[in-house]
Amino acid sequence: MLNYTLRRLMFAIPTLLVISFIIFALLDLAPNDPTGNLPLTIPPEVREQIRQSLGLGDPFLIRYLKWLHQFFVNEPLNILSQITGADIFESADRLRIRSWATRSPVVDLIVQRMPQTLWVVGMSYVVGILIAIPIGIISAHKQYSIFDQLGTFVSMIGFSVPTFFTGVLLIVIFSVKLHWFPSIYDTNHKVTDWSSLVFQIRQMFLPVMVLALYNTSQISRFVRASMLENLNQDYVRTARAKGVKEKTILLVHVLRNSLIPVVTVIALGVPTVFSGAIITEQIFRVNGLGQLLITSIQGGDIPVVQTLTFIFAVLIVLFNLIADVLYGVLDPRIRYD
Amino acid sequence: MTKLRLLLTASAVVMALGAATSAQAARGSDGELKILYWQAVSILNPYLSGGTKDLHGSSMVIEPLARYDEKGNMVPELVDEIPTVENGGVSKDLKSITWKISKGIKWSDGTDFTAEDVAFTADYCLAPDGGCQQRAYFSDVTKVEAIDPLTVKVTFGVAKPFPYGPFVGSQSPILQKAQFKDCMGPKAPECTDANFHPHGTGPFRVTEFKPNDVISFEANPYYRVADEPHFATAVLKGGGDAASAARAVLETGEYDYAWNLQVEPEILAQMAQAGKGVIVSSFGTQVERLEVNPYDASAAAGDARSTKQAGPNPALSDPAVRKALSIAIDRDLLVEAGYGEAGRSTCNFVPAPDIYASTKNNWCLKQDIAGANKLLDDAGWVMGSDGVRTKGDARLSLIFQTSTNSVRQGSQALIKQMWQQIGVETELRNTDPSVFFGGDPASPDTFQKFYSDVEMYTNNFDGTDPEKYLAGRTCERIPSPENGWLGENISRYCDPAYDKLAAKLAGTGKLADRAEIAKEMNDMLIEAGTMIPLIHRGDVSARAANLDGVRMNSWDSQLWNVASWSRKK
Repeated sequence: MLNYTLRRLMFAIPTLLVISFIIFALLDLAPNDPTGNLPLTIPPEVREQIRQSLGLGDPFLIRYLKWLHQFFVNEPLNILSQITGADIFESADRLRIRSWATRSPVVDLIVQRMPQTLWVVGMSYVVGILIAIPIGIISAHKQYSIFDQLGTFVSMIGFSVPTFFTGVLLIVIFSVKLHWFPSIYDTNHKVTDWSSLVFQIRQMFLPVMVLALYNTSQISRFVRASMLENLNQDYVRTARAKGVKEKTILLVHVLRNSLIPVVTVIALGVPTVFSGAIITEQIFRVNGLGQLLITSIQGGDIPVVQTLTFIFAVLIVLFNLIADVLYGVLDPRIRYD
Repeated sequence: MTKLRLLLTASAVVMALGAATSAQAARGSDGELKILYWQAVSILNPYLSGGTKDLHGSSMVIEPLARYDEKGNMVPELVDEIPTVENGGVSKDLKSITWKISKGIKWSDGTDFTAEDVAFTADYCLAPDGGCQQRAYFSDVTKVEAIDPLTVKVTFGVAKPFPYGPFVGSQSPILQKAQFKDCMGPKAPECTDANFHPHGTGPFRVTEFKPNDVISFEANPYYRVADEPHFATAVLKGGGDAASAARAVLETGEYDYAWNLQVEPEILAQMAQAGKGVIVSSFGTQVERLEVNPYDASAAAGDARSTKQAGPNPALSDPAVRKALSIAIDRDLLVEAGYGEAGRSTCNFVPAPDIYASTKNNWCLKQDIAGANKLLDDAGWVMGSDGVRTKGDARLSLIFQTSTNSVRQGSQALIKQMWQQIGVETELRNTDPSVFFGGDPASPDTFQKFYSDVEMYTNNFDGTDPEKYLAGRTCERIPSPENGWLGENISRYCDPAYDKLAAKLAGTGKLADRAEIAKEMNDMLIEAGTMIPLIHRGDVSARAANLDGVRMNSWDSQLWNVASWSRKK
């Protein structure tokens, strides 16, 4: 197993290099311009100077190598010296990847945005899983019952109605009409006592619910399908014949076996937590990674887009590996070596 | 009764004057001000980002020597008066301007504001390789020197009839020398802390800056007006979209002020009925216009496309066609459908200030389909059986391009219908704004390249002087492959007589004369018909019903007088 993991990790390096090149090339080829959003009153000559000052004068390959160096050498060194607190690597002189819009280091932006995304999107993922598993179990156990039909109906809605619709719908109902929850996420809010915690929960409620609806629909379908598959297996019939209680069959025998594929699906979904929920974050103004990505795309802030996309690629490769390894751990029948 | 009121006012004035020494009752008495910009502020240094949102955000903290009020008049901020030739502040040869800084102004860190800071700001922007985005404000500046701690002299290389470029308006505020002295030229972007937390002379100072998200401010204790700002703290939140920003002020009342609400007029009006907020608007110099390509834009022309080498445009090189296109448009309908309070019909390239606005072209305000048809008939364009006019090989079939934006696509569709009635066939195209306005020379879809017959977009000029803006229509400003497609003269208008007038304007000092020349130039452009003005666009924002003191301004930052905003009691 260890050998397998190491081998996969080795393979990941060329994969990621190729991905980084493709991302860089695609963004470079895309017709986009950092001065595109500036007022037209800024004359063209000044725009040209701005582009030069952003390093756009260099040829493509030089810019790519610079970025690679900054991403793989300068930034990790910087993080290292920040952790150790020592300036042993002359961090002041190292070029860091800088956003064109804010002129600040991209990694600092990401660090600043990460907690909100993990809280809101991560919470919705957890909530989604917690709701989905019982729904999936009951739906499978009582297949074609009213509960199952209703579950199917709700998941269809959750799956097919886009978040930019459900988000705005919930705002109109709960913020505009009922005034129960705020429509704008207060990113300056700090949880210090009981009442501020309540406020935090209130402001997280709507975005978490919008995303949880989507996650629940997806995962509950997987749980249901996987349960159904197992319920028809011979070992279930044997257990029933032996007189094992239905509850034990369902929750001990079948559920454990059914969760194996579900766990991998959940693991594969974790990178999407980091990439945030672009639309939902934008609607509720949660200052997460998704919002950072979309504003950077709109503003032609290529360094941020490159770095973020690449980090997502790293996470996807990593969690694919984790899913594979988990599969082997959970199911003793699967051996990689 | 009037005596009593007089007495009260007098005592109020005395109190205001004495407030500096006695109790500062009014500063910070109104709690928190919550402002919502649907485009989040990225940086608070306008020299590194000329984006409107960044200018507005920084205008709460750093200030220019003088700025524009809501009527477009210059008002002194950090100086005692606006220098003019009459008061001796501007030299007779119009080559220098001397600003006298008011006594006792302090930075938000408590140090003195001096002429050195002003001179430094010019050096900062003019430093090579800094990519200063407001460089145009310092054009022709040869020297900025601090004569004494409260006097600064700006010298120009040429005579400047309008010397109020540097240090006037939210685009060129003063930076603190002590804070930015190590951030010159290529080092400018590396001073993240200074760029995010600039020291300023303005009513607020930054307590926390979250780039592209939210800024927290507190009242500047060193602000020069004793009882201002009335709010103790302020929050400038960003992100989202215009419609939800409008909702947060007008319907849910979560915010006090929302900027730039480009929302369909009927939706905005419906939101305003909730009564929590008020829609405010103002007009600057923005004109939504059609640019008409005089050259052949078809792909057949190859690399020469849309340049003089490609030859004349088969349809649009005929002045009768251009005029017909203009009078066939019902501008009022476009306003009603897409702009509401934020627009009015115009026939001018320079729609404001009033002294520069010509009235000679008002013939275009009224739609005249019959007249347009007659013009085309007379010019020999024959209506074909398919409803499209032709003349020889040429066909009145146009490609009409603009940026992707729901209001613009609505206008496009309406104009297409209007032109159909005069036998003009139109193919509509829209391009993502970051590409269309991006100016990437490798992209075929930029508005400078103009690979279409007609283009629609908005442009304006900052401040109140149209000299530079009008000069953008001279022959040398035509974008072409030779100059890397740089240039503002999108419609490729070229008339030596116009160029002569532009030179004359640059050498004329008297305001009335300048206005005459500017109007004449404006009229020449409209007469030529290569540029068809459509709508004089305003700015629309919303304020909470209980927020006082908002004076909506299109000539400067909308937050220009945020110091005197207050909560209605």
